[in-house]
Amino acid sequence: MPEKLRLGIFKFASCDGCQLSLLNAEEELLELAELVEFAHFPEASSRIESGPYDLVLIEGSISTPNDLDHIQKIRRQTDTLVTIGACATAGGIQALRNGANHDEFMKLVYPHPEFVQSLATSTPISNHVSVDFELRGCPVDTGQLLQIISDKLHHRKFSVPDHSVCRDCKLQNIVCVSVARGIPCLGPLTQAGCGAICPRFHRGCYGCFGPCHQTNTDGLTDWLIKDGHSSAELIPLFLNVNAEAPEFARTGAQLMRQDSAEGESHE
Amino acid sequence: MSESRTIRVGALTRVEGEGALHVSLNNNVIDRVELNIYEPPRFFEAFLRGRPLEDVPDLTARICGICPVAYQMSSACAIEAALEIEIPNEIHQLRKLLYCGEWIESHCLHMHLLQAPDFFGYSSGLELGKHFPDEVKRGLRLKKIGNQILEVLGGRSVHPVNVCIGGFYRTPVPDELQNLIPELEWGLQAAIETTHWISGFDFPDFVRDYDLISISNSSDYPWFGVTMASSKGESFDVKEYEQVICEYQVPHSTALQAQKIESRTSCLFGPLARINHSRDNFHPNARKLADRVNTQWPCNNPFQSILARGLEVVHAFEEALEICRNYQRPSESRIPYQPRAGVGMAATEAPRGTLFHHYEIDDAGLIQHATIIPPTSQNQKQIENDLRDYLPPLLSMEDDQVAQACERLIRSYDPCISCATHFLKLSIERVE
Repeated sequence: MPEKLRLGIFKFASCDGCQLSLLNAEEELLELAELVEFAHFPEASSRIESGPYDLVLIEGSISTPNDLDHIQKIRRQTDTLVTIGACATAGGIQALRNGANHDEFMKLVYPHPEFVQSLATSTPISNHVSVDFELRGCPVDTGQLLQIISDKLHHRKFSVPDHSVCRDCKLQNIVCVSVARGIPCLGPLTQAGCGAICPRFHRGCYGCFGPCHQTNTDGLTDWLIKDGHSSAELIPLFLNVNAEAPEFARTGAQLMRQDSAEGESHE
Repeated sequence: MSESRTIRVGALTRVEGEGALHVSLNNNVIDRVELNIYEPPRFFEAFLRGRPLEDVPDLTARICGICPVAYQMSSACAIEAALEIEIPNEIHQLRKLLYCGEWIESHCLHMHLLQAPDFFGYSSGLELGKHFPDEVKRGLRLKKIGNQILEVLGGRSVHPVNVCIGGFYRTPVPDELQNLIPELEWGLQAAIETTHWISGFDFPDFVRDYDLISISNSSDYPWFGVTMASSKGESFDVKEYEQVICEYQVPHSTALQAQKIESRTSCLFGPLARINHSRDNFHPNARKLADRVNTQWPCNNPFQSILARGLEVVHAFEEALEICRNYQRPSESRIPYQPRAGVGMAATEAPRGTLFHHYEIDDAGLIQHATIIPPTSQNQKQIENDLRDYLPPLLSMEDDQVAQACERLIRSYDPCISCATHFLKLSIERVE
């Protein structure tokens, strides 16, 4: 029998939801354990093995001084490094601090900010080390996660569909929430992977999987604004769990400028 | 001559998130016990300011991937209180069903993959599965049914997308819930068998004198409610929460700790608190089983909280079945409202204990202030106190054995450290 793949799972600033997506594989988890050695998976096993690792999955973003050093150490012990989820891939929800006054944020939450170590920004793993593949989602999809592990096991090139949620939604014959109900939806800009669940539940997509390949962001925001939505209404859609994904960050900033210009012209 | 040494042992594993424990001994007498929860601050209470109130359930869900529904429920209820929205019973029942899904998923994960391995000396649920394949497979299937409830009602199990202020974006059609019934019926029987299996575990004899705090209702087992019960004090209204319990900061941990303001004492939240206050409100199967399992009521042994979780899973299956069998689609999926200025507070029972939220909203519907008190920070001081009393008879053992024993105890509270935490390494400092 060939040697098992040595898998490491490491966590930075995150909610644990992407690691849970792996534990949610349930039956497949037992099968996976036949092929993979969970060499570092503290959330599931007390047996912690040191590196090197064949495949490392990273959950969470870089947000403290210790993280900066820790991620370098992990990279040195890792053959293939894959980031899982919006935090590791785009800085996550906690990147909403970026651009805000960090000292003020610290004082708001902690009576003694001096006890707490934190960086002013929350950044994706790829800002710090080379990353072999980024798996999107808040949370990641369990099927895609198993696919990545299987790709590594079988020496296949990593690949997930990079088309939009909008296309998946059409394929499921879901009535368009924007056209039929006037609800702003990021489906045309967001990468597929969730199964178009928000439109299925009669609400607009809020971008959990980040921007897809070849977006026409301005086209969508112009259309939504012509359709009667305000810039202020659209800002929170972009500045959300993938706020620091470049395409969403740029659009969020642009909408904020428009919003303040609109506010001034009303005065 | 005094000799000092510091011994570092392992990392605390099989908990959600990461953290550290520091024990220092002076001539073999315990000096300090510090649960060093290192949480990278994520500043939810800060960045919520200025956001539209509609965003809050989805944003706060991201505090915890294991119990996102708890965050959605506490935030929605608190904001609805501020807007003075009354949620009709039919929508309330669906929210309870969603919560049943989360309890089943979270409890079964903890029981089978995180805590049960400790009773047999295994390092993981997967290793336990090699020796108890039927029990572990049954547990994973139970967990999956919890996830199925979440998927039917919320689209996915981690960060479901269907909860909104006033109700749901879309209510399920009756068939969607009817289709769950056969699995729920299997689940109820399987959960009873699982709880019998757990009841036979060899529990360490460690009975405490807890001040147990949870929501308490006259007839409903608590997921929702407005009255907090304390086993060592008066019950109080959820609006008085911050007058009774306060968060404070200690230098060794980035998670805030909590204690009762007046007495400055620790309290225990979670399944033991709920079951001791409210097991009379269990459905019949859970009620009957509670009398047959291997414990004395009231149960104040933290190691037996796994038994309380098993009973709560049985109750959750019975509740879910009742809701699915009686379901008629509500005429409206949510109650319409106009944004208005207001203050709202609510607590709901997350799998691991009471989760309190407090919001102030302006007349445009933007959040002006947010306070979130998660269960793990409220349990932290109690965990430290328990460790302090649990440790002395163990000190003659080797450090790695002491570490293992501490980990076992810490795990029994099911600390959701990502709600509160990061890195847990255990170090023992001996000064002789």
